[in-house]
Amino acid sequence: MENSESARHSMAAGVAAWLPFARAAAIGWMPVANLPMPIAPTEKNKRQDELIILNVSGRRFQTWRNTLDRYPDTLLGSSEKEFFYNEETKEYFFDRDPDVFRSVLNFYRTGKLHYPRYECISSYDEELAFFGIVPEIIGDCCYEEYKDRKRENAERLMDDQEDNKDAKLPNMTFRETMWRAFENPHTSTMALVFYYVTGFFIAVSVITNVVETVPCGSVPNQKEVPCGERYTVAFFCMDTACVMIFTVEYLMRLFAAPSRYRFMRSVMSIIDVVAILPYYIGLVMTDNEDVSGAFVTLRVFRVFRIFKFSRHSQGLRILGYTLKSCASELGFLLFSLTMAIIIFATVMFYAEKGSSSSKFTSIPASFWYTIVTMTTLGYGDMVPKTIAGKIFGSICSLSGVLVIALPVPVIVSNFSRIYHQNQRADKRRAQKVQKARLARIRISKTGSSSAFLHSKRNGLFNEALELTSSTEEEQRLSKSTSLLESQHHHLLHCLEKTTNHEFVDEQYYQQSYLEGGLQNYPSRSPSLSSQDGMTGTCCTRRSKKHHTPLPNASAPAHMQPLTHTHTHQQGLQELSTIHIQPLSTSRSSLNMRVDDPAPLNCQSSQITTAIISIPTPPVTTPEGDAHLPAGPAHQNVVKVSAL
Amino acid sequence: MSCRKRCKREIFKFAQYLFRLVTGTLSTDSVEDELELSTVRHRPEGLEQLEARTRFSRKELQILYRGFKNECPSGVVNEDTFKDIYAQFFPQGDASTYAHFLFNAFDTDHNGSVSFVDFVMGLSILLRGTVQEKLNWAFNLYDINKDGYITKEEMLDIMKAIYDMMGKCTYPVLKEETPRQHVEVFFQKMDKNKDGVVTIDEFIDCCQNDENIMRSMHLFENVL
Repeated sequence: MENSESARHSMAAGVAAWLPFARAAAIGWMPVANLPMPIAPTEKNKRQDELIILNVSGRRFQTWRNTLDRYPDTLLGSSEKEFFYNEETKEYFFDRDPDVFRSVLNFYRTGKLHYPRYECISSYDEELAFFGIVPEIIGDCCYEEYKDRKRENAERLMDDQEDNKDAKLPNMTFRETMWRAFENPHTSTMALVFYYVTGFFIAVSVITNVVETVPCGSVPNQKEVPCGERYTVAFFCMDTACVMIFTVEYLMRLFAAPSRYRFMRSVMSIIDVVAILPYYIGLVMTDNEDVSGAFVTLRVFRVFRIFKFSRHSQGLRILGYTLKSCASELGFLLFSLTMAIIIFATVMFYAEKGSSSSKFTSIPASFWYTIVTMTTLGYGDMVPKTIAGKIFGSICSLSGVLVIALPVPVIVSNFSRIYHQNQRADKRRAQKVQKARLARIRISKTGSSSAFLHSKRNGLFNEALELTSSTEEEQRLSKSTSLLESQHHHLLHCLEKTTNHEFVDEQYYQQSYLEGGLQNYPSRSPSLSSQDGMTGTCCTRRSKKHHTPLPNASAPAHMQPLTHTHTHQQGLQELSTIHIQPLSTSRSSLNMRVDDPAPLNCQSSQITTAIISIPTPPVTTPEGDAHLPAGPAHQNVVKVSAL
Repeated sequence: MSCRKRCKREIFKFAQYLFRLVTGTLSTDSVEDELELSTVRHRPEGLEQLEARTRFSRKELQILYRGFKNECPSGVVNEDTFKDIYAQFFPQGDASTYAHFLFNAFDTDHNGSVSFVDFVMGLSILLRGTVQEKLNWAFNLYDINKDGYITKEEMLDIMKAIYDMMGKCTYPVLKEETPRQHVEVFFQKMDKNKDGVVTIDEFIDCCQNDENIMRSMHLFENVL
């Protein structure tokens, strides 16, 4: 609600100053209007524009009162600031941060809210909340920075919260205790023991794998055998023990995990599975000759047990995370290398094609040469023999230096800079920002149009009340809209009168469109202002049409059913009469004395007014009933307000 | 800029680029030295002269200028800004066409921009002028080609522009012939000698005889 409130008045501050111009230009409609214009809202006790002093913790700011009145739903723009008025010094005193107040005051002056980079995000948010300003209004120039800082702050808060999770909650189930023990080993001694035991066994397993292949001692008159084959049983027992420990650990983690499915998908659990699976597959498989080759390769996967150390080492985890986040940059580097390799391999192949006994038998065979040359390894197993080959080979090695051996930070930093630039550009173009911005625009559009529809009712009340000349209700009503708003609405009202059509909201429009099956008025190519309007957000307020049967009031009640009388006068006017539901007995048929303010709010929509505009000003309308049916007969209009 | 000069400049730039390529500088983005057309800064004439030429008081001129300068710091408003500003008051419809006509009406010297002086002169007529002057101004607005006659086509354009501002969601639903019919009504009322055009005298005569119009002319007297 707050959002739409402030967005409703988000006609930019400078534009509000052009309202007199827009109203003056409305004189252009007058000669073509068929209907008389509504009365302009008067400015009661129009004040001369004066300077007001805002004292914020000792620093005095001065501005025009009108500047602050531009945003009536903020603290400074509304009467809320009177709470801070200091009688002795005749100024408004705020005990807040004067630095942030600068931005706040500039918002009133320019209509744009800026976020200063040196300011702490949470203090800025607090000040905005104090002064009743919605942060969404921050201008595009500073909005990204604001959002980034806010996100950082939120992440930091979340991290802090996670650190505090060590506090043991009472009544944790056994499962939860176990999970906490696994995740944070230092919470209990059992967990710590478990942590070290698993670590030890990981190390043992890795060392076993390594030692297995070392040739250890030779049986005389036989060549050297690796230890694995010599002490098969011992190694097998060790392997079994490790795998059993790992399996038990995995099953326990699986049991304790709060979300088993998510746990099974996580990287660490996949590593665990990959580490123990070869053993079981080996158990299952027999010493079949065919599959023993595959079996051997499976044992390679045992080395993945070393990755289990990442649970024990924070540094490994950070490294993995860094690699993951730089993946696209590395990928690009790899891609450019691949391009260079392919180019040079092709060139070398064709250059060396002529020479006999050339090792460059095919382009893929030349890949090896190119890689070795470009990384300046230079094994020498493949060398070009032709002159052309040598020339290109030297170019290849030089370019290898360029591509690889240059100080890598230059490339990395360059990529990082471009990457961040693109990221920022993408963020700007990204759906979220666009959507948020469009949503903001849409809200302000619908806000102002729905504000108009909303206050039409109030406006009618105003006019009706002027008849009864009761000032209290008038004051009560006029409080709700600011002068700026009422003037703007009067302008829109004049336009309605000029064209003899009314602004309605979307639902009502759809209804009448379907009912009438009328040919729609083709609008021209819309500008941005109406583009959102076209997309169905032109009017969002739901209309509540009440066709309540009229109760019998004791008053000289003037009940009329809701009718649509179509009297076509040159096909221009469609008139509808509306029903009046008086609330109390009164002399005048149009007396709208309201006893309680309840009917004034949105919810109640039972009261509609009929205002019959006759050539003379509406003061003559309290003549009663007779005019209502007579209305259609005249040239003039019965004004409808459908709620 | 003539073709030859442009060619020379391009060649020079290319040579510069080659030179930089060979010797190697670290500047990645070339700085555009082209002097773009600097924004025109316009200052209005003094407060006393404006006071004399318009019917506004000093204070009112001050308020007007502050608002004007806030939105257009360069001192002049061009048509696009004008359209933007005007469109903000009519969120439901498309106010650009009408704003275009308004702009032409305010831009009395037809130089494509409305300075503060033009602005305030127009406002002075609209808010403080005699009825005759206001009607004159309205006639000038309707007469798109400023030839002294309002034809049906001109009126139709204006009417369509006004109806465009209403937008789509209206009650009753806007039909295609609504503006045309409205123009017919207008011409029937205004065109006394039925010659198909409305002259300034016909216009003023007719408006002065119409009470509605007369009353509405005084509607915005206390706007400022």
